[in-house]
Amino acid sequence: MTDALLSVRNLRVEFPTRRGVLTAIDDVSFDIMPGEVLGVVGESGAGKSLTGAAIIGLLEPPGRIAGGEILLKGERIDNLGAEAMRRIRGKRIGMVFQDPLTSLNPLYTVAQQLIETIRTHADISESEARKKAIALLDRVGIPAAARRIDDYPHHFSGGMRQRVVIALALCAEPELVIADEPTTALDVSVQSQIIDLIKEICAERGAAVMLITHDMGVIAETADRVAVLYAGRIAEIGPVRQVITAPEHPYTAGLMGSIPTLTQTDARLVQIPGAMPRLNAIPQGCAFNPRCEKAFDRCFKERPAPVLRDADGRKVACWLYDAIDTPAKEQANG
Amino acid sequence: MLAYIIRRILQSVLVMLVVALVSFALFRFVGDPINSMVGQEASIADREALRDQLGLNDPFLSQFATFVTRAAQGDFGISYRLQQPVMELILSRLPATLELALVSGVLAFVFGVGFGVYTALRRNGWVSNTIMTVSLIGVSLPTFLIGVLLIWVFAVELQWLPSFGRGETVEIGGWTTGFLTPTGRASLILPAITLGLYQMTLIMRLVRAEMLEVLRTDYIKFARARGLSNRAVNFGHALKNTMVPVITITGLQLGSIIAFAIITETVFQWPGVGALFINSVRFVDVPVMAAYLMMIALVFVIINLIVDLLYYAVDPRLRVDRAATRH
Ligand SMILES: Nc1ncnc2c1ncn2[C@@H]1O[C@H](COP(=O)(O)OP(=O)(O)OP(=O)(O)O)[C@@H](O)[C@H]1O
Ligand code: SF4
Ligand SMILES: [Mg+2]
Repeated sequence: MTDALLSVRNLRVEFPTRRGVLTAIDDVSFDIMPGEVLGVVGESGAGKSLTGAAIIGLLEPPGRIAGGEILLKGERIDNLGAEAMRRIRGKRIGMVFQDPLTSLNPLYTVAQQLIETIRTHADISESEARKKAIALLDRVGIPAAARRIDDYPHHFSGGMRQRVVIALALCAEPELVIADEPTTALDVSVQSQIIDLIKEICAERGAAVMLITHDMGVIAETADRVAVLYAGRIAEIGPVRQVITAPEHPYTAGLMGSIPTLTQTDARLVQIPGAMPRLNAIPQGCAFNPRCEKAFDRCFKERPAPVLRDADGRKVACWLYDAIDTPAKEQANG
Repeated sequence: MLAYIIRRILQSVLVMLVVALVSFALFRFVGDPINSMVGQEASIADREALRDQLGLNDPFLSQFATFVTRAAQGDFGISYRLQQPVMELILSRLPATLELALVSGVLAFVFGVGFGVYTALRRNGWVSNTIMTVSLIGVSLPTFLIGVLLIWVFAVELQWLPSFGRGETVEIGGWTTGFLTPTGRASLILPAITLGLYQMTLIMRLVRAEMLEVLRTDYIKFARARGLSNRAVNFGHALKNTMVPVITITGLQLGSIIAFAIITETVFQWPGVGALFINSVRFVDVPVMAAYLMMIALVFVIINLIVDLLYYAVDPRLRVDRAATRH
């Protein structure tokens, strides 16, 4: 056992359908250390959001965790009862969704939503909760927070609403914040402000962040480590600097080729020919083999598992790379 | 806000004028009132004299103006059939219809919303599936058939409840009520169920569909992700958002209960305005028909107005005045 805050071990998420079981997440393992920022990247449909939903216990039926375990500070949370899991949501793991325009209930004021959340997790009076809410809004950068708190969500712009969402995710002081593409729906001009805010405010509170994004540029600036997902599996995971400057997995290398230049802001392009396979058509062997220039015999027969590549804990799932001999201590580290 | 209310009231007046025009047209195009008033043997001269006396030879607009002015004062003339002032007739029968409509409306709303919420939250339970199946029957059976079936089971076979009439009534300040006597209350049950069943199933299906929609929204997911309890999420957040669009349709449904009462009142020989209307149609009693038409229109207009104001009260996004100044 490590001192990881969150440990995901061999996670497997399935959707039973009429035409058989679809495996959307397959054998995914990673750790997040306290206070660490883990970036999660991958094309659309790679399973980023599902991983987040599985961790926070909000997979939508019929989706279910079919294997593996999720540990929060060493304790399993994937098999908790509904009520026990509810107490963890918001309180120990916070979540920020993609679209601030739809994340807030339009019929309640910001104050009502903040106070309700604060009082769900802490036994304090309405007026104390309100004070706390105002301080928090102030901290996330809402001007005139004491007055604006009684406004309805539609009175705020998109960027301001995402700040409110961040305040809501953080109001019970969680140890981990899962931010699922928190800036994708926002105006380009405010994207970096929101990312900076998440990074700062979480650092301040010692909260770890799982930052899901399409944007390699954001990862490069924000994350400590990065996990590259492909077709529901981890292709490569490791410290950001290593992965970005010297990607090993051919898919990661392709993604790096798509990092935007300074003048180009749309980071969503993936310049690898072909598309990610659908869940019901994942090829045998390495899931990336139809698009991989370096594929060889073995890639079509056997599936590569992530192997440790260096002392910093980088892991790559590709037959081109062999595991290095390392001390056992490193092996255990995700 | 005030401007909005005034605008809505003006719209309502316009609607009422159009309905008045239709009602008024009844007099001119449905039968000849003179025929209804005098015997076969009356001479043409007598008829012309009566026509002049009734103002039927005046220009169209002035006749219409007279009609509207009188209608606004509650004067719809004399019933051809019963030779009584129409307004008196309607007022004497209105309590029966309103009490029936009120009970049906409350039944339809309470059970409609209750079942709708239940079936949305327990989407795949067998109770939900049973309710949904039964409700399909409720929507597809014609009202009179439901009434006849209920009479057959509960009045004829089981003999639990009366099959016709209002039972004993008590008069309080000109209002005859069946609420205060045991037979009055028992008599209300079957007709109220008959009348409310269709609206209930509609409301239930609407609430269910809307609630399922709301439960899929991001703000519900985010509410769950913040660890709010199921009760807070389902009833504090989802139900409130569900009710916003439901209010409009529900309001209209309740309005149509009064209109639909015609069939139920006929089946149960309920002494209300609906039964009065049916008899008037049979005898081409145009003043009563016209007054009934105007009354139903008025009910719809008023309910619509209330619904709009409620909508406004519930949904902060409609209160644009404040939003416009801040961003
Ligand atoms: N209810 C469902 N039934 C079947 N498959 C599903 C369901 N929900 C998600 N999936 C599949 O799971 C896979 C992963 O979805 P996920 O939403 O995690 O992708 P993502 O990486 O977050 O993509 P994006 O960048 O578009 O948000 C997708 O292939 C998707 O089709
Ligand atoms: S295992 Fe083979 S196909 Fe897969 S990425 Fe490596 S070289 Fe390409
Ligand atoms: Mg996603």
